[in-house]
Amino acid sequence: MNFDLTDEQSMLKDSVERLLAERYDFDKRKNYLATADGWSRDMWQAYAEMGLLGLPFAEADGGLGGGPVDTMIIMEAIGRGLVLEPYLATVVLGGGLLRAAGSAKQRSELIPAILGGELLLAFAHAEAHSRYDLADVQTTAKRDGTGWILNGKKRFVLHGDVAQKLVVSARVAGNRRDRNGLALFLVDADAQGVSRRGYFTQDRLRAADIELSNVRVEAENVLGEPGSSLPLIERVTDEAIAALCAEAVGAMARAHEITVEYLKSRKQFGVTIGSFQALQHRAVDMLVLVEQARSMAYFATMMASETDAEERSKSISAAKIQIGKSAKFVGQQAVQLHGGIGVTEECHAGHYFRRLSMIEVLFGDTDHHLANLARSTGLVSA
Amino acid sequence: MDLRLTPEEIEFRNEVRAFFRSALPSDIRRKTELGQRISREELVRWQQILNKKGWATPAWAPEWGGTGWDAVKQYIYKEELHMAPAPEPLSFNVNMIGPTLIAFGSEEQKKHFLPRIANLDYWFCQGFSEPGSGSDLASLRTTAVRDGDHYVINGQKLWTSTAHHANWCFCLVRTDPKAKKQEGITYLLMDMKTPGITVRPIITLDGNHETNEMFLDNVRVPVANRIGEENKGWDYAKYLLGHERSGIARVGVSKYRVRRAKELAAKVDSGGRPLSEDPQFRQKVAALEVELKALEMTQMRLIAEIARKQTNKADPKASILKLKGSELQQLATELLMDVAGYNAMEFDGEFLRGMTETAAGDDWALTIAPNYYFARHVSIVGGSNEIQRNILAKTILGL
Repeated sequence: MNFDLTDEQSMLKDSVERLLAERYDFDKRKNYLATADGWSRDMWQAYAEMGLLGLPFAEADGGLGGGPVDTMIIMEAIGRGLVLEPYLATVVLGGGLLRAAGSAKQRSELIPAILGGELLLAFAHAEAHSRYDLADVQTTAKRDGTGWILNGKKRFVLHGDVAQKLVVSARVAGNRRDRNGLALFLVDADAQGVSRRGYFTQDRLRAADIELSNVRVEAENVLGEPGSSLPLIERVTDEAIAALCAEAVGAMARAHEITVEYLKSRKQFGVTIGSFQALQHRAVDMLVLVEQARSMAYFATMMASETDAEERSKSISAAKIQIGKSAKFVGQQAVQLHGGIGVTEECHAGHYFRRLSMIEVLFGDTDHHLANLARSTGLVSA
Repeated sequence: MDLRLTPEEIEFRNEVRAFFRSALPSDIRRKTELGQRISREELVRWQQILNKKGWATPAWAPEWGGTGWDAVKQYIYKEELHMAPAPEPLSFNVNMIGPTLIAFGSEEQKKHFLPRIANLDYWFCQGFSEPGSGSDLASLRTTAVRDGDHYVINGQKLWTSTAHHANWCFCLVRTDPKAKKQEGITYLLMDMKTPGITVRPIITLDGNHETNEMFLDNVRVPVANRIGEENKGWDYAKYLLGHERSGIARVGVSKYRVRRAKELAAKVDSGGRPLSEDPQFRQKVAALEVELKALEMTQMRLIAEIARKQTNKADPKASILKLKGSELQQLATELLMDVAGYNAMEFDGEFLRGMTETAAGDDWALTIAPNYYFARHVSIVGGSNEIQRNILAKTILGL
């Protein structure tokens, strides 16, 4: 057991943090938000140049062969900076599915374009009714000669408004919640029959609702084995949760810092408010929850690549529970300790609160994961 | 970064587990399982078994009887000990006075005391707290006046746990009443047989006699039993308190309680099915397990961080472990209360001390409420959790 970063990982951490410190302050972020995409293409190129977009891909595919710890480092920095770019959507989710199930041809065609920053991916899976049940898919794929015809509606597709390629889940067999019968398809976003409606999410990231109406997909664009894609979806979702946990830790650590800085500067009754014990203790409770969250983000990072699916699932749930709990308290109290200014757009703490609240509901909220962990044998074995 | 145990660490864990399985006397194991109090004789017997193996004082410097295990191995050892479940070696000896002597004692003192401390031939109690000095320890008023080769001590100590078992006491006394309160304190080792010492029991909420008040009336302690320099006692004590905090997360104890709660819940009927199948109960267990896993990781991270810095100074972040560790210990006793339900109602002080067997098959429930009551002390002892928050606010957050 060791907690040390390798030299390469330390360097990665330093360079990502430096890049974001230089090019991602709140004013710049505001400008990125105001563009048509709602994020910065220049920053995306900068990530590409730094190698961040290729990090988790295998060297054989042109990537850097990085692992979950590298992703954790990047995601934590993304959290600290409240970064708007589609890293999770393209590299972690879309890229994750491609890494796990892409054919040699698919990988050789798509990965170089991702690395270079030209290709954006999105994972179109959730539907309006499915809530957190990953098997609950009503979008259908019907055989049509050698290809498939897709019909259905996807909701909350992260960065689905700009991605050129969508990984779409659809049911090729079985009923609505059956574990068997799911398949994944690579669909061009501008293919005939695809329509999408992009929008901001509450944290000012982007998402889209996507409708598929008789969209034809050729056999070569099937990802993995049609009918048995659920375990793959679960695995990549768990990897995404681990990444989100790291992002949340970055966000809550920064929200906490901002709050403590405020306690040291804001004066009331002739003294800094940080001299009040009630506020000091609250700030300490936040600190403890940030540290507990960080520990579980590490745990999630370690368990994301666990091959025993049951073990992985309950561990990831455990991490998401802690993250949810910490995110809620730290986010809420960051606002509370700022007082009135905390509930305005002007205050940075509130922006972190908004993102943390969205992380909480992404890929299963605290109650969902608590129920999942409670159904399992738990973490303390008999 | 790799948070998994290495094959070597897994092998070590198996070795430790096998040793505890074979070496822990079954009567002591049974009492620990049942949450009963361990007697003086039992703890001495157990610590001497550990000491014979060389495992009573793993964290000590190797030249004084430590094992030289790294932080991970020490953690594994502790966890296996708690999960065995076995009583911990006497904390006053192993975690407190031992490390203090190693850091600040004279060669002579080390040679004389350390082997006896490790083997529990000397049972130490702690004479720090006083009436009126709770979390504000430095305000202590017990005086020591030099008289030739002796200090003459007068005053009163409070919360001297196990003083009725102890043959030695490490205590703080005021030697310079005019100095700033932290600067006039001296650290002494006191033989409990010295005339003038009176120990009176204090019965705690569990109905048990564990702690005491201690009256000191012209107690003569040889100057040779002073640790370090006169009036520097506060520095030595602070070092000790840092150690006390880092040992106090006691994740293994809480984990054992959760495991016990899960086992017992399978035997308790709740509306026609075992309580262990009740989703609400399972969620409560799951929530506690998450916090424990997080604390386990936090503890390992802090240990690693402290090891990297290679200082002997206590890390103020250890207060996080104290804070969270005590909360979770208490939550685990609450969980056992939930399992016991009304079965927890019968009071049997004799059973708590392991003096009697009960005829009924539900004797498991008799200790649950007393342990729940008694666990309230863990967020108070060693600097209350509110004091820990003050420490963290000041040292880590700079408030």
